[in-house]
Amino acid sequence: MIDVKSLSVTFSNNGRAIHAVRDVSFNVAEGESFGIVGESGSGKSTILKTIAGLVTPDKPSITIAGQSVGLKRSKAERRLMQFVFQDPYGSLHPRQTVDDILREPLLIHGIEDIQGKVGAALAEVGLQPIHRYRYPHQLSGGQRQRVAIARALILKPKILLLDEPTSALDVSIQAEILNLISRLRSTHGLTSILVSHDLGVVAYLCKRIAIMQNGALVEVLNVEDLRRGITLQKYSADLLAASVGYTRAKA
Amino acid sequence: MSNLLEVENLNVAFPSRTGETLAVRGASFTLGKERLGIVGESGSGKSTTARALLGLIPAPGVVRATAMRFNGQSILGLKDQQWQAVRGRHMSMVMQDPKYSLNPVITIGRQIQETYLLHHRASKAEAKTRALSMLEAVKIRDPELVYHLYPHQLSGGMGQRAMIAMMLITEPELLIADEPTSALDVTVQNEVLRILDDLVTLRGMGLIFISHNLTIVSSFCDRVLVMYGGKIVEECKASELHKAKHPYTQALLKAVPSVDHAVSELSVVTRDPAWLT
Repeated sequence: MIDVKSLSVTFSNNGRAIHAVRDVSFNVAEGESFGIVGESGSGKSTILKTIAGLVTPDKPSITIAGQSVGLKRSKAERRLMQFVFQDPYGSLHPRQTVDDILREPLLIHGIEDIQGKVGAALAEVGLQPIHRYRYPHQLSGGQRQRVAIARALILKPKILLLDEPTSALDVSIQAEILNLISRLRSTHGLTSILVSHDLGVVAYLCKRIAIMQNGALVEVLNVEDLRRGITLQKYSADLLAASVGYTRAKA
Repeated sequence: MSNLLEVENLNVAFPSRTGETLAVRGASFTLGKERLGIVGESGSGKSTTARALLGLIPAPGVVRATAMRFNGQSILGLKDQQWQAVRGRHMSMVMQDPKYSLNPVITIGRQIQETYLLHHRASKAEAKTRALSMLEAVKIRDPELVYHLYPHQLSGGMGQRAMIAMMLITEPELLIADEPTSALDVTVQNEVLRILDDLVTLRGMGLIFISHNLTIVSSFCDRVLVMYGGKIVEECKASELHKAKHPYTQALLKAVPSVDHAVSELSVVTRDPAWLT
């Protein structure tokens, strides 16, 4: 479904070239849930943005559903994949009601029965009809993230891209959102790529997990191997050890 | 052993048109020279408790308590000026995000130096040597270089270390760390925790460590307080957190997705209104 072949992304800043992603290749089969973990600055979000067409790669290196895609996308290509961003406080328009936010993608794509679809989308993510005419600031963080998920799914995409969807939320709320994503993904038969720095979250939602460091792909692991701690590279083992918690043992 | 900090029946109230909102309700705890963790979700009152200890509750907020003693002396209802003598010198606080809590237009070195000069009669040169040695103590490789940098030139982990250096230069007896590692990567997080741990043990300080991350708190602290809706619902040894009795703590522990074992669905915290009474 998604084929990434030797993807490199370079940003230039004051004449200095920054290699955010270096020669990364992987593919995601239809219906698969793929995860990318790494520290900040490892290039994981940049990969996701490149797939979504928000960042230009150095050369065309992404194929989606057999079609090579560039930065300029047709409406149909855009409809194929939707993005859920990290910060539910920043990714919803503060002056639009939930109804406006969910209505907009439908208007852009000229889809009929807006009224019914918005209602259905809200119900699907577990929001009440009373939330429909509220502004984002009147909702809690978890509710906002539900709105963001509803907005992504209202166009019935094939691919869902998730960039740290729960890192701004409390553990108790995180569990609710993760369950929701997991359920919606199987009912819609979605192909998904999830980016996170939390190994627990990625292990819960993904079957195959890519580990990144400094813009390069370290390795791709199966979730079973990750759980058992079977890694080929030392960096993956370090990352795994660091996520278990603080150890008092002196080095 | 006498306690460094004693808090009895602490209440923090914010008056509003519809009546009072109690952010902290009847919290009582003591602290020795140990690492005390406070966990809870947003809005549970953990940060408000910490702010009340430092006298940082903004008006119209009101702090009420039966007793609040630091080093045997009451810190209840101190005047602003009296607070100045305690805050920074004897107890200080590391905030969550170094990006927001460091002054963006003053170099790291000058900020650290300023804290020292505020509380000690010392020459500028002396303050500079202290600041440099403090930067070294938080494991910054090139203190001389970092001294002259501005906050935006530092990474998150470096910024947080500079923040810790600034807070510890006065050698306080109590350090309150409010989510000191939430903005950092896991690998950096452990380095910062190690520095905090070493300094606290070495200097025999008391540490209050506030976090919503149960994994860190249970592995880092000695004792844990669990807060819910402004109340301390449970107090236990950090190593025995997994044996917690309160249904909220149990539910919170179960809601954490784990790398070690697979679950088909994460359990969700179902809230019982009775927990609030």
